[in-house]
Amino acid sequence: MAQAAIDPRAEPRTGAVAASGRWGRLGVHALLLLGAAAMLYPLLWLASSSIKPANLIFSDPSLWPRELDLSNYRRGWEGVAIPFGRFFLNSFVVAGGAVVGNLVACSMAAYAFARIDFKFKRLWFALMLGTIMLPAHATLIPQYILFLNFGWVNSFLPLIVPKFLATDSFFIFLMVQFIRAIPKELDEAAAIDGCGPFAVFWRIILPLMTPALVTTAIFTFIWTYEDFLLPLVYLSDMTKYTVPQGLRLFLASTGESAWGPLMAMSLVSLVPVFVIFFVFQRLLIEGISTTGLKG
Amino acid sequence: MSQTGVGVEGLPPARPGEGAPRRALAPLRREPAGRGRAWLSRRSVQQNLAGYVFLIPWLVGFFALTLGPMLASFYLSLTDFELFTPPEWLGFDNYVRLFTDDRRYLRALRVTFTYVLLSVPLKLAFALGIALLLNRGLRGLGLYRSVYYLPSLLGGSVAIAIMWRQVFSREGLVNQILALVGIEGPSWISDPSYALSTLVALAVWQFGAPMVIFLAGLKQIPQELYDAAAVDGAGKLSKFARITVPLLTPIIFFNLLMQMIGAYQAFTSAFVVSGGSGGPADATLFYTLYLYEEGFTNFEMGYASAMAWVLLAIIALSSAVAFLSARHWVHYSDV
Repeated sequence: MAQAAIDPRAEPRTGAVAASGRWGRLGVHALLLLGAAAMLYPLLWLASSSIKPANLIFSDPSLWPRELDLSNYRRGWEGVAIPFGRFFLNSFVVAGGAVVGNLVACSMAAYAFARIDFKFKRLWFALMLGTIMLPAHATLIPQYILFLNFGWVNSFLPLIVPKFLATDSFFIFLMVQFIRAIPKELDEAAAIDGCGPFAVFWRIILPLMTPALVTTAIFTFIWTYEDFLLPLVYLSDMTKYTVPQGLRLFLASTGESAWGPLMAMSLVSLVPVFVIFFVFQRLLIEGISTTGLKG
Repeated sequence: MSQTGVGVEGLPPARPGEGAPRRALAPLRREPAGRGRAWLSRRSVQQNLAGYVFLIPWLVGFFALTLGPMLASFYLSLTDFELFTPPEWLGFDNYVRLFTDDRRYLRALRVTFTYVLLSVPLKLAFALGIALLLNRGLRGLGLYRSVYYLPSLLGGSVAIAIMWRQVFSREGLVNQILALVGIEGPSWISDPSYALSTLVALAVWQFGAPMVIFLAGLKQIPQELYDAAAVDGAGKLSKFARITVPLLTPIIFFNLLMQMIGAYQAFTSAFVVSGGSGGPADATLFYTLYLYEEGFTNFEMGYASAMAWVLLAIIALSSAVAFLSARHWVHYSDV
């Protein structure tokens, strides 16, 4: 590690293959910047296309629009038959309900698995782990028939109620891991002071597991908000469509004629995810690094 | 389902204790030493009761929405069921029909396997390559990591699939750039020989999430190992081949498994890019797309259930093969 000794900026922990010298370092930066530009270019192109007049979208690859046309946003927001605001409202209701459901049900199950000693716990825990990798398609059709019999098809219930039954077992696993790291002495102290299992959960565990709850909320929101398959299966009435369905409706009904408005609405639909990304970047990255969440 | 992920190497670090409290698991459980701590000290009626009360939502969900539907789905797969008429018993006819009498199904299988075999290794190669570059103690690591990670977060959305359709359309971004250097690009999306590769490209574009996991894994490798190797006169290359790679194999395996399971279930990108048809000429007919079409467009729910079970079997089998092969190349040790 000769460089590490000479170059005070070199961080000691990076060891393995420290860039050889200033020029090597610059080369790596150049490569990474080029890669980053390539990664972001489609997104920037989407943004610039959304403010270009239609005839320029496909003739001018430059990012800087020569002419501005903000009417794409107005036309897009008005939508085909239903204004886009409706789709956003629907999406927020569904995603919000899913977040609440996952927080409540998964934290309850996680507390039971991590802290309470009850009969057949090992069996249930093993079964819970087994469902983490289960593809949604394995249960999709019977669930549809079940919800059809309940009269729930074409409502938000099939998208929200399962979350209140802790079906996203991955988050249970995440929370179990988190609770196990909380010192058990805290439970014991509270128990001596007369707290029962419910009080321990409410007053000790829940407040201390806030980071796990936030991670769960963020990922539940993004995944539910972006989900396309379940709304496609369950929601048939256009007034109930979520944002992804609204976009798809727009694509299907305007065809090639309205790229500008379509691009504008695609970009607008990504705004909630961008906002979450900028606000919770650190938690997102930590969540993935430590648990292997898929982004 | 969009979530995946389990710390492979760390499934439960230790099973929560059951039965006699002060057994071998003692270090993890830290039982209170004294008596009279009411419900916490041992499994009591109150503990049993509390455990099951907290577990009620999950238990209901497990039986009503997971186990029950799985069994029902298997039963339906043995019947002819078109939603509005009662199921008619067929035995294994649906399964036989899938493999002997349904060319679109075989096509869907081929498309899906091709997609998995191309997208997963490419995605992991990019994820690992960029993670290695980023792990050299460069300035601005956080910024690079965020930029490369962003597409993973957005990539599953319909908006991005629509954008991709534009980027690869006949007059889209890719062809505009190719035109600058005098190449006339094909019509990527509507040409059967290129359509699938645009979806592979979309998957590879989202290499950020496995990259973040690789980065975390690289940071775990103790510096002392490299220092010791340097003392022994090891060069960069041999340090990489003998320290970095072996110690990273558990992470490589984990990412491989997760990405593979996810890739088998890919749906949104193909649905949006092909307009729901799996076209052109079934070139992007993903397994899940065909399943959706049979189940929810044609309401052939018995047949679609058989497809769902075969998918489950394929994923289980692929995972089993991965786990078996892991014995030969994944390096688990505490070095």
